[in-house]
Amino acid sequence: MKSYFNSILTLLWKDILLELRTKENIAPIIVFAGLVLLIFNFAIDPTPVLVAIVAPGILWTAFTFSGVLGMSRTFVLEKDNGTFEGMMLCPVSREVIFFGKMLANLSFMLLIEILIFPFFGILFNISILIPNLILVTFLTTLGFSSIGTIFSAISVHTRAKEIMLPILFFPIVVPIILAAVQSTSLIIQNGTQESIYTWIQLIAIFDIIFIVLSAYLFQFALEE
Amino acid sequence: MKNTLKKITFENILLGITMPIIGVAIYMIFMWVPTEQTLGISQRIFYIHVPSAWTALLSVVIVAIGSLIYLINSNEKWDSLAHSAGEVGVILASLTLLSGIIWAKPIWGVWWTWDARLTTTLILWFILVAYLMLRSYAPTGPQGKRFGAILGVLALIDAPIVYYSTVWWRTAHPGMNIGPLAESATLDSQMYLALMVSVVGFTLLFVYILKERYNMKQDEKEIDKLFTYYG
Repeated sequence: MKSYFNSILTLLWKDILLELRTKENIAPIIVFAGLVLLIFNFAIDPTPVLVAIVAPGILWTAFTFSGVLGMSRTFVLEKDNGTFEGMMLCPVSREVIFFGKMLANLSFMLLIEILIFPFFGILFNISILIPNLILVTFLTTLGFSSIGTIFSAISVHTRAKEIMLPILFFPIVVPIILAAVQSTSLIIQNGTQESIYTWIQLIAIFDIIFIVLSAYLFQFALEE
Repeated sequence: MKNTLKKITFENILLGITMPIIGVAIYMIFMWVPTEQTLGISQRIFYIHVPSAWTALLSVVIVAIGSLIYLINSNEKWDSLAHSAGEVGVILASLTLLSGIIWAKPIWGVWWTWDARLTTTLILWFILVAYLMLRSYAPTGPQGKRFGAILGVLALIDAPIVYYSTVWWRTAHPGMNIGPLAESATLDSQMYLALMVSVVGFTLLFVYILKERYNMKQDEKEIDKLFTYYG
């Protein structure tokens, strides 16, 4: 069991090290997410009253778009550098590769979100240090990274490549985007704990189902 | 030519049963069934809308079942079934959306509203379109088939979650009149009969088209084999 987790962490460390050295993934996406927030400011021109209503939608649009952009690169480097086969030859099970990649996506996306949150809080004048909001963000990002990892393993082998990932990804993650937006807006508008937890439960259920399913189905996505 | 006409196949029998039922259904919808009191003539689209929605849902289930069995045993026949069901399903889901949109304009006053069932149908339509796009952009051979199968399985698991999340969100679609989840048996007996005939007719037509498309897929595979063999 210990070696199982060690293998996952080794794969995760490999991706983190690669990112630390190339800095190709996170920095441009943070700028992109900031630009999405900026463009929404012009598109909607939120007044103080309107902000509380539209801010959750804007926040999650920025997170989903930047997330899908980042995750589309999960396997691009592996494929371009021919290390895909090397990864397949590792003496570990396919789930280990899946969880390694999923954790890499999760940590990259969380880092982007941590850096975008203050920017969002300042631009829209919203307090962001609320435990429930952090919980919602973490759980939703967990769901995103599980679906995103398996679909990026698929889309990297298709002819359309980058554009294929959002087409596969968005329809499937609709329930958690919906739940994330609803719970975020309840949190911002001081909704009841009960109504917030209904949505958080939905996100948690989605996460459990899709992490298990993606981990199982991932082996079929890797076979040549 | 003479031989093929005389041959009694499963498809021919199915077509022989389906066509009269469709004919009866059309007669019932336009001539026989009474006009609804409050909704008026527009309610008649319901006899097309409900069966196409039902068969669209059926095709999503067939895509998922075919995909799952293909992933387990790699038998290409199941993949052909799933792919054919996906193609027929896109058309049926489009028909469901279109007939709903046409009905909604005079009754609700808008073409579209973000109600739970409408949203779910639209998302299913997008998933089916994504499935077909994936099938055509993915590499040919078993890898592309597995990619499609993975999406097929995920789609079916996702559908109920999409539905419940959007129900919690908002709902405006007319309540269910028939089936185990109906609130009350409010449907007139003549209307019920017309709907049932239409549902049976649509289901048989769906099976017939699915079978024909499946046969065509087998022929396509034969041709591909000949091509690779003779170059």
